[in-house]
Amino acid sequence: MITASALTKKYKDFAAVDGISFEVAPGESFGLLGPNGAGKSTTMRMVGAVSTRTSGTLSILGLDPDEHGPEIRSQLGVVPQADNLDQELRVRDNLIVYGRYFGIARSVIAKKADELLEFAQLTDRAKAKVDDLSGGMKRRLTIARALVNDPRILLLDEPTTGLDPQARHILWDRLFRLKEQGTTLVLTTHYMDEAEQLCDRLVVVDKGTIMAEGSPASLIRDHSSREVLEVRFGSDRNAIVAEQIRNAGDRVEVLPDRILVYSANGEAELTKMTDAGLEPITSLVRRSSLEDVFLRLTGRSLIE
Amino acid sequence: MSKTSVVAGPANQRALAGGRKPRRWGSWYIAEHRIRGQRSYYQTIIATSIGNPLVYLFALGVGLAALVPQGIPNGAGTISYLAFVAPALLATAAVTVAAEESTYPFMMGFKWNPIFFAMNATPLSGNQVANGMFIAILARIVPTTLIYFVVMLFFGAVPSGWGVLGIATASLTGLAIATVVASYTSRIEEDKGQMAMIMRFGITPMFLFSGTFFPLESLPWFLQWIGWISPLWHGTQLGRVAAYGLDEPAWLIAVHIVYLLALTIVGWVATQRVITRRLNK
Repeated sequence: MITASALTKKYKDFAAVDGISFEVAPGESFGLLGPNGAGKSTTMRMVGAVSTRTSGTLSILGLDPDEHGPEIRSQLGVVPQADNLDQELRVRDNLIVYGRYFGIARSVIAKKADELLEFAQLTDRAKAKVDDLSGGMKRRLTIARALVNDPRILLLDEPTTGLDPQARHILWDRLFRLKEQGTTLVLTTHYMDEAEQLCDRLVVVDKGTIMAEGSPASLIRDHSSREVLEVRFGSDRNAIVAEQIRNAGDRVEVLPDRILVYSANGEAELTKMTDAGLEPITSLVRRSSLEDVFLRLTGRSLIE
Repeated sequence: MSKTSVVAGPANQRALAGGRKPRRWGSWYIAEHRIRGQRSYYQTIIATSIGNPLVYLFALGVGLAALVPQGIPNGAGTISYLAFVAPALLATAAVTVAAEESTYPFMMGFKWNPIFFAMNATPLSGNQVANGMFIAILARIVPTTLIYFVVMLFFGAVPSGWGVLGIATASLTGLAIATVVASYTSRIEEDKGQMAMIMRFGITPMFLFSGTFFPLESLPWFLQWIGWISPLWHGTQLGRVAAYGLDEPAWLIAVHIVYLLALTIVGWVATQRVITRRLNK
């Protein structure tokens, strides 16, 4: 569906995307995970055939976006990072005008708009003004709008940023359904739980380059331990204690507010610590996540 | 940059077919969208397009005209002040709509209501966005001038049957202003009061110094250049030629038309370029 090779986007001397390569197969759910400014959105704009690449090759549905931008875009659904619904139009009209952009006949799009409102759970808000919708509803409307043309590929740039937990789960559920129906999803996120929930395969991106690639499970397996022990000794003691336990587990990571001990058995590490007379204020044993992978690969956490 | 070769397959066949209609009709889809958006304030639009000519024609064509009973010289004879001022007011009405529709909507499209990015995420291009916006502006200007003209007829302000051409010349004047203004407003990234400046130092002086209320020749010579660069003056003179046979040499009529057409083309193409460039981030 998508093949990128040494894809690069430069703004003057600054390389926002610095030679990344990846492929996305039909029906796959592919993620770009990375912090803000990693080059995820720029990559998405190039894949969305609206931003011209500086160098490298890019093929979407077998077509080059430089030559066939409109043709490629006719097969894409795009959910941008910031909602760009038309606030001057009502909810249902937003779907209708957007459908017209793809050359869909008025009678067809009228029916389609009702189906999509149903899918987005917005049927009772059809005549509402966009401004009166909640953040989650606007997001769902933006996703519904991205589906008017039955896209082969759905591009989602940080689909749940800024939403409350309930709204996120409703959205994830809708995306799952699309995935089940065989829509290819490409999404960017800086939430590891989102990446774990939605992506079959992902790349970890930082500073415009790919740091690692694989399924969420294989990335965790390759770059982290099975479990993580998180302990807090208070901000003034963390660094001192960290010195004493630096050989604990497979690896120790000191963050400003806590210490992370990577190990196959977190409970055993905690017991060793308390046996040595170190009593943390709080302790938590959890499964390793993509956050840990990212920390390992870049030395920084995802949300700073 | 290396080109990716096109591999024939069902996916790209569907894509190639999907691009066909939007490539051809995209500008009209955008105009359709904008016209749909105008519906939300159509009552204001209708009220102003009927109210404005009534008020202006009463005040200037009837009220002020009483102070000019001898009329305005035209060739060997004279023409009533009402007939003299009406074509200017008609062109001004088109310019007012043009200024309104070519300022905020173009800046907003990138910023406060960033629909241009949404349009460009579909098969539509930056050029089509510009085209669609201008078609929608014309779709407001033409009815406005048409209504204005009908009111002028009721006032008996149009001596010649050719006066109906004034709808076209006024609309062209509006379009020239709209495209030139839009080529600037679509560049604006931050609102620092530029729109108010356009109105205060662009549109308003133009309205006052374009031979609207008095012939341009009445102005001191060092102010007459304002008329010559003002699309409104050129449009007004054309309207007067049509409405009452203003005594204007043929070469000057040609200058009026060419000037308005040239501004329209330059402004239109410049706006296309600005929008295309800003969308390609």
